Amino acid sequence: MQAEERFTYETWPAEPEKATLEAKNKFLGFWFFLGGETVLFATLFATYLALKDKVPSADHALAKDLFEIPLAFAATMLLLTSSLTSVYAMYHMKNFQFKKMQLWLGLTVALGAAFLGLEIYEFNHYVHQFGHTFTSSAFGSAFYTLVGFHGGHVAFGLLWITTLMIRNSKRGLNLYNAPKFYVASLYWHFIDVVWVFIFTVVYLMGMVG
Amino acid sequence: MANQQSSSGNPSVDTEYRRKKNAEEMRYQIVSFTLMIFLTIVSFVAVGYEGFSGWFTVPFIILLAVIQVIFQLYYFMHMSHKGHEAPSLFLYSGVLVGAVTILAFSTIIWW
Amino acid sequence: MSTYAQKKGFGATLWDYLTTVDHKKIAILYLIAGGFFFLLGGLEALFIRIQLAVPNNDFVSAGFYNEILTMHGTTMIFLAAMPLVFAFMNAVMPLQIGARDVAFPFLNSLGFWLFFFGGVFLNLSWFLGGAPDAGWTSYASLSLTSTTHGIDFYALGLQISGMGTLIGGINFLVTIINMRAPGMTYMRMPMFTWATFVTSALILFAFPPLTVGLFLLIFDRMFGSNFFNVANGGNTIIWEHLFWIFGHPEVYILILPAFGIFSEIFAIFSRKRLFGYSSMVFATILIGFLGFMVWAHHMFTTGLGPIANAIFAVATMAIAVPTGIKIFNWLFTMWGGSIKFSTPMLWAVAFIPSFVAGGVTGVMLATAAADYQYHDTYFVVAHFHYVIVGGVVFALFAGAHLYWPKMFGTMLNETLGKITFWLFLIGFHLTFFIQHFLGLMGMPRRIFTFLPGQGLETGNLVSSIGAALMGVAVLVLLVNVVTTTVKNEKVGNDPWGDGRTLEWAIASPPPFYNFKQLPLVRGLDAYWLEKMEGKKGMTPAEPIGDIHMPNNSFIPFVLVLGLFIAAFGTMYHAETSWGLPVLILGMAVTLGAMFVRSIKDDHGFHIHKEDLIDDDKDKGVKA
Repeated sequence: MQAEERFTYETWPAEPEKATLEAKNKFLGFWFFLGGETVLFATLFATYLALKDKVPSADHALAKDLFEIPLAFAATMLLLTSSLTSVYAMYHMKNFQFKKMQLWLGLTVALGAAFLGLEIYEFNHYVHQFGHTFTSSAFGSAFYTLVGFHGGHVAFGLLWITTLMIRNSKRGLNLYNAPKFYVASLYWHFIDVVWVFIFTVVYLMGMVG
Repeated sequence: MANQQSSSGNPSVDTEYRRKKNAEEMRYQIVSFTLMIFLTIVSFVAVGYEGFSGWFTVPFIILLAVIQVIFQLYYFMHMSHKGHEAPSLFLYSGVLVGAVTILAFSTIIWW
Repeated sequence: MSTYAQKKGFGATLWDYLTTVDHKKIAILYLIAGGFFFLLGGLEALFIRIQLAVPNNDFVSAGFYNEILTMHGTTMIFLAAMPLVFAFMNAVMPLQIGARDVAFPFLNSLGFWLFFFGGVFLNLSWFLGGAPDAGWTSYASLSLTSTTHGIDFYALGLQISGMGTLIGGINFLVTIINMRAPGMTYMRMPMFTWATFVTSALILFAFPPLTVGLFLLIFDRMFGSNFFNVANGGNTIIWEHLFWIFGHPEVYILILPAFGIFSEIFAIFSRKRLFGYSSMVFATILIGFLGFMVWAHHMFTTGLGPIANAIFAVATMAIAVPTGIKIFNWLFTMWGGSIKFSTPMLWAVAFIPSFVAGGVTGVMLATAAADYQYHDTYFVVAHFHYVIVGGVVFALFAGAHLYWPKMFGTMLNETLGKITFWLFLIGFHLTFFIQHFLGLMGMPRRIFTFLPGQGLETGNLVSSIGAALMGVAVLVLLVNVVTTTVKNEKVGNDPWGDGRTLEWAIASPPPFYNFKQLPLVRGLDAYWLEKMEGKKGMTPAEPIGDIHMPNNSFIPFVLVLGLFIAAFGTMYHAETSWGLPVLILGMAVTLGAMFVRSIKDDHGFHIHKEDLIDDDKDKGVKA
């Protein structure tokens, strides 16, 4: 069976993520899925922009009261760096260096988990310090939905990459799992793309007012 | 489906060349990562600095975000490589639909 | 693994269909489930027309009327028209491009089960406290105040079935891009394949806004958020926008495949190449593109302001141009052709004036200033039934007759088919033509009864009689299906005699691997080309070799069952103690199924070429 063929560095194809028909399909299908996700997040952004600072009364916290530079900056750095580590993982995948790929993927997962932890701390902070909850105002609903959808994507990505790493830890790279790793890294980058807009539109624009 | 193409890479391929090419590409990745970090810092500084009005800051940081995302897409996600025509078409279509939605929500929802 | 000719028992057949990943079997599942929901929606329509047949009728109560009206619209769009369109896409598109299956057979099965369980969930509302009652559009202020669980069923059910549609869309896109047979360039693809392609792209971009809108509705109704709650800063217009950003492309998602089916029919039964093929392709893409720029024409009266109204009005009218291109191309295809008036062709010919009538009233409604008069009257009801029934439903009937032999290997009876056609055509125009005038006389839509002495009696009675005729037509079709299935007279590859595209070059129904050897495509209407050169079949593009096929899987069913369970938990979590545990249990089942799918390698299996050659000898055993 071709997918289980054993490879050496010399026989490993230049683009393992597109070497079989199944891989090509997976690659293309996943990109299309990301096209759909683009619309999904754009719609959530649109909803957030329409409901930003829409609160029932003046004693509710607004965006400029809530967001602080240090927290948003730290979260951004964590996620951006995790994007770079997953690029490194794919670099080693293309060079058929399984151990190194696993190492960098592990780093990616660690950074992603740190990001998620920070986000949970942040939400907790808003709820307890400002009474800014999912149900307190339309602004709160829109904020937690947009940022929470992104956080949910991060959590799913962590589960996904971890599963892939554990499942394949014993058997190394082949043409059956290489596309899976590649697609998971595409997903991870897309999460980062969304975050770039979240920190700009939600946090930075929120602080500007 | 089985009789599509042989899966194995061509053994006669110049592995040394490939290793070099991948390493060179990795250098580009690091350069773009550095630029992305730089752009991020500029955005945060622009917001943290009191001297700019919102009318300048908001378009400015959105522009920086777009540039950063282009780096992310074309270098980290390899959209600059060939074989990405259909992905680009559909990603940009998604961006177009999303942009129209955001435009509508920020202009004609005013109640 | 290879399951050939043996006769199977009922249990084995059922298991086969529960686990199948074969696009042809999934097509049959879509056809059966979609057909069932079509009957259900039709029954609801008949209740509506009985209630409105005479003034001050009390056949149903006002509240129950709202429920059947809502469920009629929702069922017909999401659970009948969509899956029936998907049935033909699944059955025909892979054959038309010369592929052995779709790109993601597993996801294809997952998509079907998502749709099916979503539809079942939605319809369980009838037995669990009342169906949704805020109209198929479920506008937020109304849907938030609805006191039963009906709207919860609506939001959760559509969320589940919507995911299935999205998955199907991506699947078709990748199939068409990556799996075309050698020589099948984009501009040699049959029109139905092109329609599938553009439709799938529309699905990819139109369903995410619906997903978001439904999530917001679920959050507002079940988790206490405030998206549409004006008192806490929310805004109901957001739902309207989200719904129509999805909803308008949705009508093109339905009508483009219908156009595709009719394009095939006009060419086959005029025995002529489709006139203006490249302009047809261009018009399809243009309709798809413009379809995203016009949603606010459903909202002219919400007060968007004159500038927004003007932009959306002009964009809407622009769609008439590519649609007009298509209409003329179909007329010119028939022009000078050697026309055979088979049942599919009758539907196609009747489609043109019916659909044009709907299109013309569409342009009338697009005139924003005039729309203030038409808005929420029976004029609108008449308009959208003319395009959806006159376009989509006609195409589904036509497609059913055209592709029945390809899907089941037997021909529907032509005489009964023509009786169905005439009854339905007359019934359809009786029902809906008069509604234009009822609307212009001021009859509002979605009212459960009307008063005598306002000049609305005759029109409504005529309309109800027409609906009865359509009901009889559908019964005749059912009789046709049953007698055809019982007789089971097998037909050959090309039962209509004039098939032009690849699906007619292989057996009816095709073997499960479709093409023993992938065909070499030498031009548009590939099979027709070969026939014209006196050949009996396609020239193969490859030697006979092992064929790689995907394994069946029960995982999709389990995965969706988890979501189905979770949906109940979500709905009752606020008022019962078991709600939350059930929600968690359901999600655990779903995630567990995904996990198993992820860690269990699935390489598929190979059919060896020796078996293929054997298979050829005892042809007919394996249907």
